[in-house]
Amino acid sequence: MGFWEVTLRLLDGLEYTCLIFALTLVLALPLGLVISFGSMSKFKPLAYLVKTFVWIIRGVPLMLQVIIFFYVPGILLGKPIFSRLASVVAAFVINYACYFSEIYRGGIESIPRGQYEAGQVLGMKKSQVFFKIVLMQVVKRILAPMSNEVITLVKDTALARVIMIVEVIKAAENLASYGLMWPLFYTAVFYLIFVGALTLLFGFFEKKLDYYKV
Amino acid sequence: MAFFEAKNIQKSFGRTEVLKGIDFDIEKGEVLCVIGSSGSGKTTLLRCVNFLETPDKGRFYLNGELLFDAEDKHSKSDAEIRQKRLHFGLVFQSFNLFPQYTAIENVSLAPMLLAKERPDYKTNKKQIKEEIMEHSAELLRKVGLGDKEGSYPCQISGGQQQRVAIARALALKPDILCFDEPTSALDPEITVEVLSVMKELAAEDMTMLVVTHEMGFAREVSDTVIFMDGGYIEEMGSAEDVFGAPKSKRLQEFLSVMK
Repeated sequence: MGFWEVTLRLLDGLEYTCLIFALTLVLALPLGLVISFGSMSKFKPLAYLVKTFVWIIRGVPLMLQVIIFFYVPGILLGKPIFSRLASVVAAFVINYACYFSEIYRGGIESIPRGQYEAGQVLGMKKSQVFFKIVLMQVVKRILAPMSNEVITLVKDTALARVIMIVEVIKAAENLASYGLMWPLFYTAVFYLIFVGALTLLFGFFEKKLDYYKV
Repeated sequence: MAFFEAKNIQKSFGRTEVLKGIDFDIEKGEVLCVIGSSGSGKTTLLRCVNFLETPDKGRFYLNGELLFDAEDKHSKSDAEIRQKRLHFGLVFQSFNLFPQYTAIENVSLAPMLLAKERPDYKTNKKQIKEEIMEHSAELLRKVGLGDKEGSYPCQISGGQQQRVAIARALALKPDILCFDEPTSALDPEITVEVLSVMKELAAEDMTMLVVTHEMGFAREVSDTVIFMDGGYIEEMGSAEDVFGAPKSKRLQEFLSVMK
């Protein structure tokens, strides 16, 4: 099998890598905000419940969570209810939302009280204070830790292979059965390009927000 | 009845009583300065007036109408308080400008948001926006920053930031403008520019409630001075009386230290 044929096979796998990445990001970013509000709730039982949930999700290996999502409903109900892709995306979204929620919480709690108070005395509603004043400052503060998580997500998509989703690495492993080892190492190039593009993108955002200091 | 009246305002944080029953009046167009050592409760009093703290006991009246009554749960609801806050503007010690907005955006943000609640907003959108921007620009010119409209807070000096904050507080045309030690975070040579803006406002008969350590300013501008000590009003009177002929021993001590 030649270089181009291998590249095409791996590109097929890359489709799944991209799909899992994009779906996780789009769904986990807002869900993380909801979870962070839960963990900061003044209603203590809710805050503790959410914090326990975050502890469990962050404490169990993501690979295990993927397996649980795919196999456990099947074992309990006698037949699988989620497709492979749905199981992976569900596990990833919940897992990443928990990590994001902690980043959001750190960002939100780092905004000085005076910013909220300045909005309040100007007659703004709580939602206006959050969306018009606090949020943009939070975005600026969390950009660096978020870029870390997003880059980790790119590489975590490889865990989908534990339930036989043929993403890039699984595609390369499949080629190993033809006696080809080098495609596995070649996958690194795909990840490097992916992460390189993201790094540039985050750098661009950081520059965009460079006009003010928080 | 006075323009603004505070009756028996009390406030505790946990077991610490910070305000132990404060009564005072402000007449329209009057400047009232509150002086006293730190921990005397003067900032808490100002925060109560602006509803950043809720008094445990007491009432506020504005224009003869009951504005707040600690006994009445209804007057403490979020929506109610939001409306009532609009009677007051507050300038903070630490400016608290919004860093991601330019000077003029800092001034115009709240009026813009408030305008959206007007019933005629949709039909007159453009005109309303223009009016707000015009008014905001005028306020910046008034505080001497007509040329800094487009500057971000991080690009201007502390004194300029505080003047933007004053313009911002004026944008909603408050009945009473409150200042919480507005020059304490500034270098001495810069305080002058902020104080001169405040003097100008006083001369225009803006009703002002000022917590300050600037004794010279208090003496020159105040109609009434309150000296607070240990959660009480220890002495209250005209600037002349309070600074010229202090009666209480605590005030005499305080003034001798401040000189």
